[in-house]
Amino acid sequence: MSNSIDLKKGLNIPISGAADLRVKDIAKAGTVAIQPSDFKGLNPRLLVKEGDKVLAGSPVLADKKNTDILITSPVSGTVEQVVRGDKRKLLAVLVKADAAQEYVDFGKNDPAKLSAEQVKEVLLKSGLWAGLIQRPYGILADPAAAPKGIFISAFSTAPLAADTEFTLASEAAAMQAGVTALAKLAPVHVSVNSSKSAFAGMKDATVHVFTGKHPAGNVGVQISHISHIRKEETVWTVSAVVLAAIGKLFTQGKLELSRRVAVTGPAAVEPAYVEVLPGTPMKSFEPFYGSASGLRVISGDVLTGRNAGAEGYLGFFDTQVSIVREGNTHELLGWARPLRLNQFSSTRSYFSWLCPKKQYDMDTNLHGGPRAFLMSDSYYADVLPMDIYPLYLTKACLAGDIEKMEKFGIYEVLPEDLALCEFVDPSKNYIQDIIAKGIDLMLKEMA
Amino acid sequence: MNKIFEKGGKLYWLHSTVDAFETFLNVPDTVSLKGTHVKDSIDLKRIVIIALISTIPAALFGMWNVGYQHSIAIGADPAFWSDFFYGLLKVLPLYIVSYVVGLGIEFASAQIRGEEVNEGYLMTGFLIPLIVPVTTPLWMLAIAVAFAVIFGKEVFGGTGMNIWNPALLTRAFLFFSYPSAMSGDKVWVAGAPDGFSGATPLAQAAANGADSVSFMDMFLGTVSGSVGETSALAILLGAIILIWTNVASWKIMLSSVLGALCVGGLAQLGGLTDIPCYYHLVMGGFAFGAVFMATDPVTAAQTECGKWIYGFLIGAICVIVRLFNPGYAEGMMLAILLGNTFAPLIDHCVVSAHISRKAKKIA
Repeated sequence: MSNSIDLKKGLNIPISGAADLRVKDIAKAGTVAIQPSDFKGLNPRLLVKEGDKVLAGSPVLADKKNTDILITSPVSGTVEQVVRGDKRKLLAVLVKADAAQEYVDFGKNDPAKLSAEQVKEVLLKSGLWAGLIQRPYGILADPAAAPKGIFISAFSTAPLAADTEFTLASEAAAMQAGVTALAKLAPVHVSVNSSKSAFAGMKDATVHVFTGKHPAGNVGVQISHISHIRKEETVWTVSAVVLAAIGKLFTQGKLELSRRVAVTGPAAVEPAYVEVLPGTPMKSFEPFYGSASGLRVISGDVLTGRNAGAEGYLGFFDTQVSIVREGNTHELLGWARPLRLNQFSSTRSYFSWLCPKKQYDMDTNLHGGPRAFLMSDSYYADVLPMDIYPLYLTKACLAGDIEKMEKFGIYEVLPEDLALCEFVDPSKNYIQDIIAKGIDLMLKEMA
Repeated sequence: MNKIFEKGGKLYWLHSTVDAFETFLNVPDTVSLKGTHVKDSIDLKRIVIIALISTIPAALFGMWNVGYQHSIAIGADPAFWSDFFYGLLKVLPLYIVSYVVGLGIEFASAQIRGEEVNEGYLMTGFLIPLIVPVTTPLWMLAIAVAFAVIFGKEVFGGTGMNIWNPALLTRAFLFFSYPSAMSGDKVWVAGAPDGFSGATPLAQAAANGADSVSFMDMFLGTVSGSVGETSALAILLGAIILIWTNVASWKIMLSSVLGALCVGGLAQLGGLTDIPCYYHLVMGGFAFGAVFMATDPVTAAQTECGKWIYGFLIGAICVIVRLFNPGYAEGMMLAILLGNTFAPLIDHCVVSAHISRKAKKIA
């Protein structure tokens, strides 16, 4: 069963530096990091201490509130360091990898023959439960909750995003096993970008075909078109790469998180794919830096990624690294220059509409100063194919008005869904941050 | 920026001013700190400059027309350049007063709030001289601008927070405070001799019927009126720029035209007036208001559906005022201010209807 939805609104950002479809060999990372901040809603309790031996799949952290939810090590090795920040906040657990990898055995299973309870148990033990994201709010999934569906986007439309047809082509069988396992918990919906996609033939799931510009690949946008989230409903979402890991967990009986990551961006030298684990230090990507200085290394895409810094680590869910120049330079009389052909704008106030095929070397400059919201709601709604009023929602979050946030659709969105609104905003407001703070307020008030 | 302008420095009170000029000259070197790492190149400066460019045809034509009307009034032969320079010299003082007073208040209030100076007034200040009679005394203009900027904008929190279009508030303040200097037949022509009547086509049509005015003259703009409002042609050029760059909403422009045609047509059919409904589009301040004033994104309706209602309401009210108000035939100013007042309500209804429709959809 499949049905197709064509989204008219949205925007593909023409940024240069797409990764070639080839895998480049880079030196294996000696150390990987487990970062609690990758999992929103996790209140971490440390289960290991420095010097402990761990296997790939051994628990490292547990959630204080729901102790069944574990975060496990992606490698076997020795706990090298527990990194803490202000007020002893746990920032990362660093594990030094062994030369030969050993895995915790979770037992090979045919997911079709397991019960929902058994599936849940294996997922919780392996740490992959933390790969399930619960909406509203984008937090750790509650094992006791009964979601109305599990939604999976099998493609990404984010700027320069990894091509899942390339990164996961060989994992289609594992993904199918993952879908079969998750289907025990709730109805599964898989979204693909074409009926010819490698993942369009998924069984035990409803397959939806979404076409259109970014954010057509965002699972939040897809949910809003399949069955939007209303008050007191929950759904879970699973990223394609986590789905493949879930599948392998059942078919191979081990936690295998290794993935193909696209190293991209205007400042990346010969952008290509690499095969790495989550938590890999950004230093491992140095072969792509070139000789330029003043770079920003982002774990994720340029709209929603995290500025990891040269000393940071790849996020648990990320399949992309973006490298862009810091735009900390002045431009004389920039606003008044009539042409500025090297600047991209989604509006026709610049001349980028004359060369629709052009790719731009974008940097991190704001291109203006922060101002109060001036443009009307429809300016932002033009890049958001959801049935909500984005500016009203943003302003409700700014005002901290719970009732209005509810009305305007806070349950349906995560900050990433409004990333394009932030990109096109001439007033340069940090819309994602405003939404994130609104969500935090909801979590606090609803607790 | 020099340290003495930073917080704690001796000249901190000039911080916003220095910052404004610095960012005027240079795109600042600030980078995105959180959220999206790359940004669209558009900012408010660019939006304002495009809006300004779109008003230039109307402004230049207005300056020439001031001289042209003067030449006619004194019985001289119109000559293009001398007319233009005569008009330029008459309009320039209005611009200087508008910008000095308005920007002065903007800079001061930005400093008080500790924010960057907002570009919005560059546009407002450019529009104000175009919507007043050229003979407006400068001191009146100064008071009106100060009123509009302080009570129309800054008390609400500055550009982006205001309810009414500040340029129109200036006009409304002048109109209600100094009606004798703002209306009648004497105020529209600069340097007119005693006894010369420079009645606007709108007033003529109201008094003597539609036959007394020429559609083509009004379309081209060679008639008396506020500086920038007379030429529908020049305004149309501006409208094309605004619509093409998506800086202003074509929905508002179109729906206000529809609103005016609708009410004007009904009145004509009902025998209330002999003015053909399409005359309203080129008479008085309708075109200028519909293109440059009603479309101000801050004070207009926010939602797509709301924009249609808002524009239609403005066009309709404008013509209603014109038809039923014998004292003052121009309705656009009041129509837009009324539209601004009701815009939040219109949006509220549109959004509420959307929310309840959505709730019913699956339930």
